[in-house]
Amino acid sequence: MKDAHGHAGAHGHVEPQSFIWKYVFSVDHKVIGIQYLVTSFLFLLVGFSMMLLMRWQLAIPTPADDFDPEKLGMIRSLLNWMWPEKMPYGFMDPEFYNQLGAMHGTIMIFLGVVPLGVAAFGNYVLPLQIGAPDMAFPRLNMMSYWTYFVGGIVLMASFWAPGGAPQSGWTSYAPLSVVAPAGQTYWLIGMVIIITSSLFGAINFIVTTLNMRAKGMTLGRMPVFCWAQLVTAVLLLLAFPVLEAGALLQLLDRVAHTSFYIPKDMIYGATVFPRAGGGSPILWQHLFWFLAHPEVYVLLLPAFGIVAEIIATNTRKPLFGYKELVGSLIVIGILSFVVWAHHMFLSGMRTSLANLFVTTTMTISIPSVAVLTCLLLSLRGGSIRFNTPMLFALAFLPMFGIGGLTGLPLGFAPTDMHLHDTYYVIGHFHYVVAPGSLVALMGGLYYWYPKMFGRKMNETLGKVHFWLTIIPMNFVFFPLLIQGMWGMQRRLAVPTDQWHNLPVQGWSMMIGIAAAVLFVGQIPFVFNFFWSLRNGEKAAENPWNSTTLEWACPSPPPHGNFTREPEVFRGPYEYSVPGHKSDYWPQDEAA
Amino acid sequence: MSQDWGYQWGLPTAASSYASDIDWLMWLLHAVMIFIFVAWGIFFVYCLFRYRARDGERAVYHQAGESASFIPDGLVLAFEIWLILAFGIPLWAAIKQETPPPDESMTVNLVAQQFAWNFQYPGPDGKFGRRNVALVTAENPIGLDPDDPASKDDVVTINNLNVPNGKPTILRMTSKDVIHSFQVTEFRNKQDVVPGLETMLWFEPTVAGKYEIGCAQLCGLGHTKMVGNVFVQSQDEFDGWQKEQLAEKLGTTGTADARTVTPAADSRS
Repeated sequence: MKDAHGHAGAHGHVEPQSFIWKYVFSVDHKVIGIQYLVTSFLFLLVGFSMMLLMRWQLAIPTPADDFDPEKLGMIRSLLNWMWPEKMPYGFMDPEFYNQLGAMHGTIMIFLGVVPLGVAAFGNYVLPLQIGAPDMAFPRLNMMSYWTYFVGGIVLMASFWAPGGAPQSGWTSYAPLSVVAPAGQTYWLIGMVIIITSSLFGAINFIVTTLNMRAKGMTLGRMPVFCWAQLVTAVLLLLAFPVLEAGALLQLLDRVAHTSFYIPKDMIYGATVFPRAGGGSPILWQHLFWFLAHPEVYVLLLPAFGIVAEIIATNTRKPLFGYKELVGSLIVIGILSFVVWAHHMFLSGMRTSLANLFVTTTMTISIPSVAVLTCLLLSLRGGSIRFNTPMLFALAFLPMFGIGGLTGLPLGFAPTDMHLHDTYYVIGHFHYVVAPGSLVALMGGLYYWYPKMFGRKMNETLGKVHFWLTIIPMNFVFFPLLIQGMWGMQRRLAVPTDQWHNLPVQGWSMMIGIAAAVLFVGQIPFVFNFFWSLRNGEKAAENPWNSTTLEWACPSPPPHGNFTREPEVFRGPYEYSVPGHKSDYWPQDEAA
Repeated sequence: MSQDWGYQWGLPTAASSYASDIDWLMWLLHAVMIFIFVAWGIFFVYCLFRYRARDGERAVYHQAGESASFIPDGLVLAFEIWLILAFGIPLWAAIKQETPPPDESMTVNLVAQQFAWNFQYPGPDGKFGRRNVALVTAENPIGLDPDDPASKDDVVTINNLNVPNGKPTILRMTSKDVIHSFQVTEFRNKQDVVPGLETMLWFEPTVAGKYEIGCAQLCGLGHTKMVGNVFVQSQDEFDGWQKEQLAEKLGTTGTADARTVTPAADSRS
């Protein structure tokens, strides 16, 4: 605190005046947080739209026998007009399908959910919750956002690359990705830039959390959200460089014709591929999953943190087992580094390794069970307020429950033999990330919106949005589990080309309709977001009667955040303390 | 085709010796998952109802039972350890780490490519002819070396794998170009087919019939169309088929197999 104020001349309390320095190239963590928020929501919209197109294709993959190109329906005519070559008569070319598939995954994870959970909420809320005037390195923070922005542009630009966007899946398995058209080079460069941005952020988060806490804010008094962000930042810092290196090697394979991932005597285009060879396709998978498994927890931990905050506030009681929760987050973080090869049981890696990774994978489920148990038991004895943020936070629990449970037969090698690379996998990780993480992040937005903009979002519209999100989501993702159980493989542009998929094809129609309803269901949210900026119910400092420090500064907080230097006297969730005058006892309220 | 579209639940037919073990495990896991979810869900809904905000009632500050909360963790851990020791390690070892004795089984080489499955049978001499990448052409997809005496009686088929019922088939698999994955859902097994590496998959069919081979690893534009058939026949039928193939091969010149199906090649990649 002292240090930060010592340097206050640089950024502490001086309000920048011109629009461009205040809102565009801002070094204020709150502005950067909102920049991340808006950008990641835009990318989520883009990624979702791509999936709608793919779901359209999967619902009706081929023309029916009586198909008449003269009588296209409204949607087919529109698709035919928009992409005459990629979607003739509204039927998707496999190339376009693979491009959208790879880009949907990449956008949703690296440009959507991670920036939203980590960068947007982390940036906005973390310094407030620990009582800091800003991040430790405000300029690095700004650089992180703009680096991410450039990375996003590079990735999106790949659609205009010769041969189109990357089409080797978001996992970019070599050697397919090495021989793929130019879009893959954009993907690799874009990823290197985005990873760099994440590293800037991770360093900043760790230093801020460890060095910038207000007086009295010991680590043991930090809200669970701060702990979640700290563990996430460590994961990013340690796991992302591995993928960065891996991506650079793949880039060299593509542009400098090295053979890190190219084996000897590979035949491509009817001739022997002109490379020395000697590389290993499996190497890429190890490097990729060494990041991409911790990445799952990067998607998830901020959601745990947000749900914990919302549940504590809206049950009006302390969280159950604060230490158990924090300990579990840390254990999850550590174990997440030793489970990566459960994505690779059938990859051709040494088969005996599977036993080790089955064991570590089963082990990591224990702290996850502990987190869910604590959050569930936190409800017991509470006085639950069912406002919109709370609905989203509560829905997270069973939805993530399905995501976690369906991980069991996948992490268990014998059953993975059947389920690997099927829609069961897709169903599983979407339950973790969409009805799981993303729903929690939505709750986080409803929860912190009054802090960000000084007004509450409309409750009625919020509840409409909630039900129009949670119900269609289950109709989208649950049938995927059924299809996968039957053995339908993922990444098929025309699943009906394979007769073993026909008995479960019907579900795809239901999924397509549900996905469209889900899309429509987001309209109340978008409207609510903009409408409430001007017309929402005015929010004071602490609209939810909460205890943590972000509610001790004005809504929205000014540059420098706190009007007086906060001091912390107690733990983060002192609700309904016997004998206290109100049912909440803020951390900074002197006894 | 559209009349087949439906809403099937569950698992497809089990048609290999170990499929029923996998299915049993699958049902066990799902039964436990559903039990956990329902038990947990009942408590969740009860809490939402019982502890909803009501006038004049305050939430409870002190909460007991911190150590009791480790009971579910412990139960799950115990279940998982039992699962690993009783099924995970032995079943995985039996299917993926060990192969049936070669003299009681049939070995076939699989050379995958964009977008076809090429199978090489060793023929009556039981020896596989040498393969050489330099000899790969459209007519000789696996680059079989005609100068190798062992290759004379080798049968190469494209996208069709004929196997005897009740006898293990061992596939020694590799890929010419990118990663593919051999999947037959009725056998409950799959395995990536990787360039520069030999992977192994074995199965012992138990039900005669025709099954579909799908590619389970994205391999390019023709990925969807990279399909093949497994024909599970009685030993007599299989022997007859093999004789027929061999006669056809020796009757014609060169290594081309008249019965083969042209791969669904896509020139773009």
